Amino acid sequence: MTESPPLFVAEHLHKRFGDQVVLEDINLSFNAGSISGIMGPNGAGKSTCFNVLTGMYRPDGGSVFFDGEDVTGLAPERIVEKGISRSFQIMNLFDEFTALENIMVATNRVRHGLHRPFWDLRADSEISHKAAEVLAMVGLTGLENSLASDMSYGQRRALEIAVSLATEPRIVFLDEPTQGLGADGRANLADLIGTLQEKFTLVIIEHDMQFLFRLANRISVIHWGQIIAEGTPDELKANEWVRTSELGKMTTC
Amino acid sequence: MLTTKGKAPIVSRQMLVFFAILLSYPLWADAAGLYEYLGIEIVIFIIYALGFNLLLGYTGLPSFGHGAYFGVGAYGYGLAQLYLDAGFIPGLLLAMLAGTMASGVVALFLSHRRGIYFALMTIAFGQVFWFLAIKLRGLTGGEDGLLNIFRPDIDFGLFQISLKSNFAFYYAVALIAVLVTLLLWRLVHSPFGMAIQAVRMNETRARFVGYQVWWIKWTVFTLSGAIAGLAGGLLNVAQESAFPDTMSLHASGLIVMMVLIGGGFVSFWGPVVGVIVYYLARDLLGSITEAWLLWYGLLFMAVMMFSPEGFAGGWGKLVAWVRRRKQSEVLMGGAQND
Repeated sequence: MTESPPLFVAEHLHKRFGDQVVLEDINLSFNAGSISGIMGPNGAGKSTCFNVLTGMYRPDGGSVFFDGEDVTGLAPERIVEKGISRSFQIMNLFDEFTALENIMVATNRVRHGLHRPFWDLRADSEISHKAAEVLAMVGLTGLENSLASDMSYGQRRALEIAVSLATEPRIVFLDEPTQGLGADGRANLADLIGTLQEKFTLVIIEHDMQFLFRLANRISVIHWGQIIAEGTPDELKANEWVRTSELGKMTTC
Repeated sequence: MLTTKGKAPIVSRQMLVFFAILLSYPLWADAAGLYEYLGIEIVIFIIYALGFNLLLGYTGLPSFGHGAYFGVGAYGYGLAQLYLDAGFIPGLLLAMLAGTMASGVVALFLSHRRGIYFALMTIAFGQVFWFLAIKLRGLTGGEDGLLNIFRPDIDFGLFQISLKSNFAFYYAVALIAVLVTLLLWRLVHSPFGMAIQAVRMNETRARFVGYQVWWIKWTVFTLSGAIAGLAGGLLNVAQESAFPDTMSLHASGLIVMMVLIGGGFVSFWGPVVGVIVYYLARDLLGSITEAWLLWYGLLFMAVMMFSPEGFAGGWGKLVAWVRRRKQSEVLMGGAQND
């Protein structure tokens, strides 16, 4: 039986800002239905890597393929159309919209309906129902009419993920989703990500190594803009470099 | 901040009140010490301000050079009459087209910018148009303006309506204002309206949920320019002339002040209030002192300091306060009965 090719592949990615090389020969692949992790110390290049993979920055070299199609350097709006979505480390929500409206505005139907001036989408029960389903997926049922700006930090984190899911992606990149969350919040988020795995391919950048080691099927370690180790959580725990680094200490806490 | 909420009827209650005031104005203006031509000016600027607020209030894009497209519309209408003998409706369509083309070209340069860069570029382009209006004397009449563009009749084939009287022209302008209001109301409550508000709130996120933000900004700027062009064309009909002053930085600043003082950031109706406040201040304060603009400026500063969301924002807060007070009275009454 042949193994199916990875859903998302990045080959030989390079990125520099001025004289500073931020990413050097990055190779990554993410299988459909998996949870993949990217870890590394501060300033290692993880977020830049995410930004290159999701269209915020164009790479200086290398290629990105999604489901066999070359998506290198495509603008974010075109990347989203392909079925790639992301959340942000610093929350990026539509604060003056309600939770439901945050989801509605991100749906493909609304985005493709810009030319329909007589479509009163708040009166469209079908689209409201679908948006409510997305909120339910992240445990925000009952908060449909709350303004995003009035929600608690943890609820906003969940809404951040829900907005990414509303675009009906096949792969979702989550940039440090646990940032700012307490122990309970992290546990809830871990449960949520576990349930999302059934529907989406997930890639997570995370500082909380225990969180990542618990969830991810495969993890890549980035340092100085390069991938220095790769493998399953168990393989990485045995990796000499990871064990002796600060990251290794964090996994054994 | 400005967000469209709830289901949007084709015609809202506030809209009916606005239309009722608009269409009945000539009947009571005289008794109120006002006059028809003032109504014409107010309604033309309401059209202009509603279109401008699509850009400023809904999309959060500050244009300080919008007088350019208003002026281009005025000149466009005038040139269409002088050289093409276009008539009223085709002349206005050409004024809109002129506003659309001018703003559409400028928006190509602006739509990839945001914040202060966007604002400064609108000023720069506004000044270019103003300069051209003064220097292209052969076409625009220079500082003297484009004169003697007499009000044509509206030709419906079987019959004609003369616009020579201010009464008739007022109703023509008012009907156009009704149409523009209905269209803009529908637009801001449509998916496009939701998208422009999303762009105002978070441009980055809007891109990452799939919106082509530069295209949205281009479309809003151009649409706003088209409406400014239409309003400029109407002003030309009203004044029977077009002047470069309408394109000056000062004139562009006035529309921003009108929208802000009225509360364009929090209400669809804010620009309407702002225009009325400006013209009433001009006529009422102007009848008392030549320095009326100083007092209007002080009023503007006071509103921005004590109710930064303008008159509409202040009104909204007052209504909310009264509601809270009534609710607490009901609760207190209930507790005493218990």
